[in-house]
Amino acid sequence: MIASGPEADQKRRPSKINVRVLRQDGPGLPPYWERHRVDYEPDMNVISVLQKIAAQARTSEGKSVTPVAWDCGCLEEVCGSCTMVINGRVRQSCSALVDRLLEDNPDEIELSPMTKFPVVRDLVIDRSRLFHSLKRVQAWVPVDGYYDMGAGPRISRDAQEQNYPLSQCMSCGCCLEACPQFNKVELQRNPGESDEDFTKRKEAAYETEFIGAHAISQAMLFNSHPVAKSLEKERMETLTSTGGIQACGNAQNCVSVCPKEIPLTTSIARAGRAATVYAFKKIFDR
Amino acid sequence: MASNRVLVVGGGLAGLSATMKLAELGIPVDLLSLTPVKRSHSVCAQGGINSVNDQTRQQGDNEWNHFDDTIYGGDFLQNQPPVKEMAYWAPKVIDLMDRLGVTFNRTPEGFIDRRRFGGTLYKRTAFAGATTGQQLLYALDEQVRRHEASGLVKKYEFWDFLGPVLDDAGRCVGAVAQDMVSMQIRSFPADAVVVATGGCGLVYGRSTMSVFCTGSAASRCFQAGAKYGNGEFIQVHPTAIPGADKLRLMSESARGEGGRVWVPRKPNDTRPPKSIPESERYYFLEERFPKYGNLVPRDIATREIFNICVNEGLSVDPNRMCVYLDLTHISRAELDRKLGGILEIYEKFQGVDPRDEPMKIFPAVHYSMGGLWVDYEANSEGGLVPGSPRNQCTSIPGLYAIGECDYQYHGANRLGANSLLSCIFSGLFIGPGIVNWIKSNKASADLPKSLYERAVGVEEARHKKLLSNTNGGENPYLIHQELGDIMTRSATVVRYNDQLIDAYSKVTQMAEQASRCSLADTGNWTNQNVIFTKALQDMFPVAECILKGALMRDESRGAHYKPDFSMPSLTSTDPAARRREAEQWCDAFDENTRKYLKSSVCTWKGNEPDLKFEDIDTRLLPPRPRLYGLVGAEVIEQVWKERAEAKAREKASAPKELVGSA
Repeated sequence: MIASGPEADQKRRPSKINVRVLRQDGPGLPPYWERHRVDYEPDMNVISVLQKIAAQARTSEGKSVTPVAWDCGCLEEVCGSCTMVINGRVRQSCSALVDRLLEDNPDEIELSPMTKFPVVRDLVIDRSRLFHSLKRVQAWVPVDGYYDMGAGPRISRDAQEQNYPLSQCMSCGCCLEACPQFNKVELQRNPGESDEDFTKRKEAAYETEFIGAHAISQAMLFNSHPVAKSLEKERMETLTSTGGIQACGNAQNCVSVCPKEIPLTTSIARAGRAATVYAFKKIFDR
Repeated sequence: MASNRVLVVGGGLAGLSATMKLAELGIPVDLLSLTPVKRSHSVCAQGGINSVNDQTRQQGDNEWNHFDDTIYGGDFLQNQPPVKEMAYWAPKVIDLMDRLGVTFNRTPEGFIDRRRFGGTLYKRTAFAGATTGQQLLYALDEQVRRHEASGLVKKYEFWDFLGPVLDDAGRCVGAVAQDMVSMQIRSFPADAVVVATGGCGLVYGRSTMSVFCTGSAASRCFQAGAKYGNGEFIQVHPTAIPGADKLRLMSESARGEGGRVWVPRKPNDTRPPKSIPESERYYFLEERFPKYGNLVPRDIATREIFNICVNEGLSVDPNRMCVYLDLTHISRAELDRKLGGILEIYEKFQGVDPRDEPMKIFPAVHYSMGGLWVDYEANSEGGLVPGSPRNQCTSIPGLYAIGECDYQYHGANRLGANSLLSCIFSGLFIGPGIVNWIKSNKASADLPKSLYERAVGVEEARHKKLLSNTNGGENPYLIHQELGDIMTRSATVVRYNDQLIDAYSKVTQMAEQASRCSLADTGNWTNQNVIFTKALQDMFPVAECILKGALMRDESRGAHYKPDFSMPSLTSTDPAARRREAEQWCDAFDENTRKYLKSSVCTWKGNEPDLKFEDIDTRLLPPRPRLYGLVGAEVIEQVWKERAEAKAREKASAPKELVGSA
């Protein structure tokens, strides 16, 4: 824990970092690897590496190229924007510290886009499906409106402590990238197709595909809320239809890659039990 | 009103609360954002949200006190009616967020738990762990998604706002924006436009803000004719974790939950912090400010930490400036329950567990108190008239500003946990006013198409010019770095006129340099290079407002501190002389108030801002000195009190003489 002297540190530090980036110029175009070399500085993360790559816009062979495109936001791992695959592992690039990465592989840092979402360009991917899933499970409290109606229902400390971790889901998509049952849905825009029509067609395609761990967990979060519970039936209907809970193969990869350590498999187990109960009820209520 | 639409720009707390309120009122909304709204910068807010509550009420607190703390904490630089309205709405805002399912921490009995924040003596702050902003944002995001599913809200995510569209009478009737994926530029006709685009931290290079917070959207409104107020008031947060790409916030809640700031009494003490005995530690905030301790307002804590490192040479790290923020005396279980989120950030980025080792922190640029000038309409009680279309309206009719990008609520210094409140409050409150504005105006749908085509044409020309500027030779990323360095050096914690003059001339030169940027990417697909360069170019007008305001304000007030123009401590020890000094101090204070208790309001003159000072509406609370930690404060306070009483007596007898003359 005690920092070693600056001299000892200096020895371990390389002067340059090699970075290999999987690039793609646009949707449907072939991906290609590109090597970059940037100056090492103390306390760097992958964001600062990408910032340097953008500023120099030149490969390690000296060829002028366009800056690598990537998504980022808060830079402190609460917004979910900068998710990508780094040295083979899906994670946020802001909290991927260069010193730590170099400990694992001193020769190179490898960056590639998530594979379960369509590439927009380079490391930028289209995660609209992820947000669409939140609509599918109606992940909200159906309040009457926004006028002053006094406080909400009393919530026990236990319930808050159970729900708060689920509510920290930042829709980054790590759990989906790691899931063997979650497959990429990629549609090409038809010539002359409007934004709206393309979005509609994409959303229709998402409807029957696996909803994923994050959305299952959100469904459980809202089913346990005293008011949001009123949509429990609708949520269970989604979870028991095509692309619902039965698509989960219980690989448990989701929980191991979640940067917020959300107990996703606990949510999935809860959802599984609730689905069984719901299916029986449906039979007997008929 | 089927054909009416409102455009909301920005999907943080302010933009989302405005969107959902407008949707509730039946108005279709186009919601435009640089990022999926769930990823907006509000997620970074950590500590909590303030309101009077049942418990503090029984300890003597009320809405008026919250209002008073906010004004006093802001050094009286706010127009008072909007602040009063906000304080009185605060309990209702928290009730609403509670109903929307926000996972606020709970007491063992199941009530919303509260913590204490800076600048108050009451526990007013509701919180959800140490990720309150994220939790509030998610609740609003969910409601907006609900309205999106029902078709009332249409989101445009990954779109960049390029500027408002004004009709021939100068009324805002929509905006022009660019799709950041396809690079298409188009207009969004709207009957009102609400900008809720946050702060301008990126003008300083590194800050606690997200990469979206360039201030460019506000700047584009400013350049289109909207006034910009109090730009020089930039909050530097006392506690952040220094980093290469960003200065990460370490929430005030760490101190609210008992965190203590200290340095070793001995300079260059190399012992590990835990082996330094209590008697050899200097808890400088607690010693200098016995009443508020570690929870003095932010501007004061920041200056003290800065001073202890820079002038007293007591930094705890020989290579960089920082002090200890110590939580190690609090149990792990309690820390995890109340501060888990921020402690994880420290652990992840520093590789040290702050539950075992004191954190090393230093101040960082954090919040823009200044922003777009906005109007209000006061009622007879000194609050606001609900439903008035003037509330939150910029100097361009039909163009509204809310949240961090307006200048309205926090004066010279924002109190912790008041920003989430001002964002949600202004977003909710603005709804009915906009409905009334729309009712009394011609619908944008009926305006000539050519008006919008012209506006799109201007932006297309700018875009094309940038892409074709291949031999300009300037690199936008390097210019940004230099701008950040200049601003950080000259316009943060301590300000001197010679440095400000120098910075202003450099920044105006650099603005010209930035117009000659050549892009490494000249394509028309997800071109982040051109989006960034436009944002960079538009940072300069804001930077100039900040510097000009700082230069022209020859006083110290809140976050704006000029040692050359500060009110001194009292020096005499003889009681009579000290009393005389205090009298003079109060005279000087009155004189300074007359001169500088004014908003600095900038108007864009094509190539630089023109600054005018504007009077402040102090109808409810007369300004009084802010005396945290000043030597001789008791005597000044005594003199001040006597004078105030005398004034009150005068006032009480005055109306009688005036009878008949009205």
